[in-house]
Amino acid sequence: MTQPLLDVTDLRVRIGAGDRGIRPVDGVSFHIRRGETFALLGESGCGKSMTALSLLRLLPQPAGRITGGSVKLDGEELMALPETGMRSIRGGRIAMIFQEPMTSLNPVMTVGAQIEESLQQHQGLRGAVARQRVLELLDAVGIPDAERRYGEYPHQLSGGMKQRIMIAIALAGDPDLLIADEPTTALDVTIQAQVLELIKQLQRERGMAVLLITHDLGVVSGMADHVAVMYAGQIVEQAPRDAFFAQPRHPYSRMLFSALPDSSKREERLAVIPGTVPALNQTFQGCRFAGRCDRGWAHCERAVPEWFETGSETGVRCHLADPQISAPGSRAEEADRATGQRVYGEAGAVRTELLQVDGLKVFFPIHKGFFKRVVGHVRAVDDVSISIPRGQTLALVGESGCGKTTAGKAILQLLEATAGKVQFEGVELTALRGEALRSRRRDFQIIFQDPFSSMNPRMSVGDIIEEGMTAQRIGGAAPQRRQRVQQLLEQVGLRPEHAHRYPHEFSGGQRQRICIARALAVNPKLIVCDEPTSALDVSVQAQILNLLQDLQSELGLSYLFITHDLSVVSYLADRVAVMYLGRIVEEGEVHEVLDSPRHPYTEALLSAVPSIDAGGETTVIRLEGDLPSPSSPPAGCHFHPRCPRAVAECTRSYPQRTDLSATHQVRCHLYPG
Amino acid sequence: MIQPVILWTDALVFLLVVVVLVFALYARNKEHLRAPWRQVVRSRMAVASLVVLSAYTVTGLLDSIHFRTALPETAGQREIQYSGEVLSVLDTLLGPVRTQVEKSYSAPFATHLYTRESVTTGEGETVRIFPRLQFGGAHLADPAHKGADIAARSAIAAAQAVSATAALYLLAGVMLARRRRRPLFAMLGQLARGETEIPWRTALLAVLLIALLVALLANLSAAYHVLGTDKVGQDVLYQSIKSIRTGLVIGTLTTLVMLPFAVFLGMMAGYFRGWVDDVIQYLYTTLNSIPGVLLIAAAVLMMQVYMANHPELFETMAERADLRLLFLCLILGVTSWTGLCRLLRGETLKLRELDYVQAATAFGVSRATILVRHLLPNLLHLVLIAVVIDFSGLVLAEAVLSYVGVGVDPTTLSWGNMINGARLEMAREPMVWWSLLAAFTFMFTLVLAANLFSDAVRDAFDPRLRR
Repeated sequence: MTQPLLDVTDLRVRIGAGDRGIRPVDGVSFHIRRGETFALLGESGCGKSMTALSLLRLLPQPAGRITGGSVKLDGEELMALPETGMRSIRGGRIAMIFQEPMTSLNPVMTVGAQIEESLQQHQGLRGAVARQRVLELLDAVGIPDAERRYGEYPHQLSGGMKQRIMIAIALAGDPDLLIADEPTTALDVTIQAQVLELIKQLQRERGMAVLLITHDLGVVSGMADHVAVMYAGQIVEQAPRDAFFAQPRHPYSRMLFSALPDSSKREERLAVIPGTVPALNQTFQGCRFAGRCDRGWAHCERAVPEWFETGSETGVRCHLADPQISAPGSRAEEADRATGQRVYGEAGAVRTELLQVDGLKVFFPIHKGFFKRVVGHVRAVDDVSISIPRGQTLALVGESGCGKTTAGKAILQLLEATAGKVQFEGVELTALRGEALRSRRRDFQIIFQDPFSSMNPRMSVGDIIEEGMTAQRIGGAAPQRRQRVQQLLEQVGLRPEHAHRYPHEFSGGQRQRICIARALAVNPKLIVCDEPTSALDVSVQAQILNLLQDLQSELGLSYLFITHDLSVVSYLADRVAVMYLGRIVEEGEVHEVLDSPRHPYTEALLSAVPSIDAGGETTVIRLEGDLPSPSSPPAGCHFHPRCPRAVAECTRSYPQRTDLSATHQVRCHLYPG
Repeated sequence: MIQPVILWTDALVFLLVVVVLVFALYARNKEHLRAPWRQVVRSRMAVASLVVLSAYTVTGLLDSIHFRTALPETAGQREIQYSGEVLSVLDTLLGPVRTQVEKSYSAPFATHLYTRESVTTGEGETVRIFPRLQFGGAHLADPAHKGADIAARSAIAAAQAVSATAALYLLAGVMLARRRRRPLFAMLGQLARGETEIPWRTALLAVLLIALLVALLANLSAAYHVLGTDKVGQDVLYQSIKSIRTGLVIGTLTTLVMLPFAVFLGMMAGYFRGWVDDVIQYLYTTLNSIPGVLLIAAAVLMMQVYMANHPELFETMAERADLRLLFLCLILGVTSWTGLCRLLRGETLKLRELDYVQAATAFGVSRATILVRHLLPNLLHLVLIAVVIDFSGLVLAEAVLSYVGVGVDPTTLSWGNMINGARLEMAREPMVWWSLLAAFTFMFTLVLAANLFSDAVRDAFDPRLRR
């Protein structure tokens, strides 16, 4: 066998000292061959990024240090190199791109200068030669009009463009290995598809190896040759891609798969992984996953599982794979019964509209000059009409910047609508003012995306939940309200005594539960869920989605579910509205829109979602460019500059609404009414 | 018979003490309020400076309880007449240091005056000599024995200080042992090795140092002028100690005046935006572009003229001087709120867009409640950091202003006035250096301790500095 490009054996990292010191990487071994894509998969807090940083010896100083193991690049031991030697490795032979393209670039340097800096460092190129090479690189990463972009600053570029620039910088050193740390997590699906395609193509052309760090099974499926699953600082399973997706062997991997929402699991409970990743400052007596595992038995708590090779480059760290131990029957059967059931029936036949939005517009004025004259408007929401029946869920889908959150907030009267009607149970909300609006607010609530900024850190959980009741003067006297708080906490799966704690003591998933309890406290009829699960890990996301489903069937709530994640939509929603640049381009029942999309944008959006079933080779409809600015939308159909099926008519007028069926509408010139 | 006198600044100082105590009681059960303070007291530097600051604070508070003593009754008197001189508890404690007034300058620990005087001897002859001091070293038959006397008194002082600290060490040991349910002996060992979470050993060492100083001064100042005397023979040590209150009052009351402006206007501007923001921004940019000293000088001079024209408003000299001190605090406060206001406006602009404020709006919570419950608590760390950092700046500002002549009343004892007086003393020959040095040392210690303490407070409270 040829020598692997990167060989990591028993890598150990420790951050901090004493009892509080944690071991984010605890005995990790793997190797990557030339031209191969190796995916490191796991939830947040599992030590994926720490592994990557320690390969480059870039651990946070002075707290972090590598306590053991070896990292060999082409047979050369990196741990033994002096710091000056490492400098030529970093960016030269191993390059890295990060998750957040917005903060990875220096805002006061032109992008050309930033790429040139890397060229100068690693290739010694200067002046005209360097400039020429920069233009080549910009071309290689698919940036059009490279000459002009050379002199631009990062703020003039979109997120996808910045990530391309980051890749160009990484390529400048002509690396053998590219470490991509969640390279597309901050990007929209269509842009993600572009960037992943680019990485793949560059890898083919240059024969680079790629270490891809991600939490997204879909991305792994589309990109990786070899997969390693990391849990609590250790690799728990390693297998070639096909074998991994055909039959994951570790219980953790299997549970990750079953926690993924999709349309086939509609009306069922999603499998959840109970609990969270254990704290890494302890010495483990048994398996690290034992507490959350559905197959665990007493032995798992007592003995640390060994690494069992189950084939060439395939292995698993689990007692189940130990030939000398016979595992008792699965604890999971009980859980399986619960998950397999169809627990959520179809909504009742009676359809009464709870919320009716008609021609909603939200424009933000753009001020310029000394006197702050209004010179234009950002048309964040431009003529949106939707309706939500009682007890049902409408999903509002679109990329970031398309105005879906603004629409949600305008419906809740958190932002003032420029025009349009919002009728809630027949009452016109936009006309309400002062006390009338204030007391109406109990009927519609909101759950936010970021569970960390959505609670006042200076208030106890009990006070946070009680606030709505106090403001609306409901729930009776103080002791009754407190009782209600405890009841709500139990309803969302927390313990009543949690009321006395503060938000920072809870994990992301628990915080999101508290936010749900807070919204429920005033007995709302409609909850606007603004990407409630996008900041959470897959296993926790499943818990929250289950909870939302339970509450809907129990309390008959209606949801306006704002999201960019189409798999969640297919799992949860009854109707879907697809938004593009402030307007709804397609709307219909969930099966209509997702199974037979008509609008080219919906088609592109659906095809860009990395899928784990498709076997890696799907035809992705590639959209060119980025979302245009809502302050100056393109003439005619907003989508025509990116549309692969645009016709001449598209540049001239915005298409009218076409009814494809009683429930399915689309706005596209391809479907004349 | 005494008659209590409550000066304006006394009332405000004690109001401040009450506010701090109430807040401490309130914060006792709130984990998020206690946690940063716990981090503060874990720092050795902070604990040491806290001990120094407490010594200053106690002195200042003792000097803030004022009264007038009754004059001896004269025949035919109907009601009790009170002395026009307002004294404080500190004055009575200092006793001889205040009353033992020499004729003129004398150097620290001197037994003779610093200046020659014509003295008529018993034979009727007039000679120019350095006469013996009336009080300083007056108990010595022979001034040559001064060294031995000072050494003996110092030894007594050291013994007193060490035994007081040892008693405190035992007390701390007993208290900690009881609270942690550990044997006393083990606890004392832990204390001595500095193995406690809160650096008690550092605190005790700082206490020992201060106790040593206090004991030395107490033992020596009864018989000598430890820091010399000034032009009219007043003890410089007395002046320096009395100046502590002036410094503290300026440092704390000014922030008390400034805070409502800064917090209220800053939050208003950030939360309501629009024309409210425009008006407030206009106000503070305008105020900021007027030189502060100019504004202060104009206001103080106007006040001076008013006071001179209305002498009937003040019963005693002390009241008059006190009002001028308060007025200086006011005018300093009015000119210094802009920086904090700008900071709070920016932070409010950020906070108001956060999800939890939006969530409160979605519940129909009123604007006033949002401001008080959601925004104010999340701004308080900035306020606290600003207050602690501003304190030392204000103490120094007083010195500068008094030096320029627009500071406190010339009769008020303050470091600024001492430095102002030293301007001429440094120019005379032979030079009188001890006034300046004393003022400098007292002020330097206070400002250094305050700065070190504010560093620790900022580290603990500033969320940006947390990992």
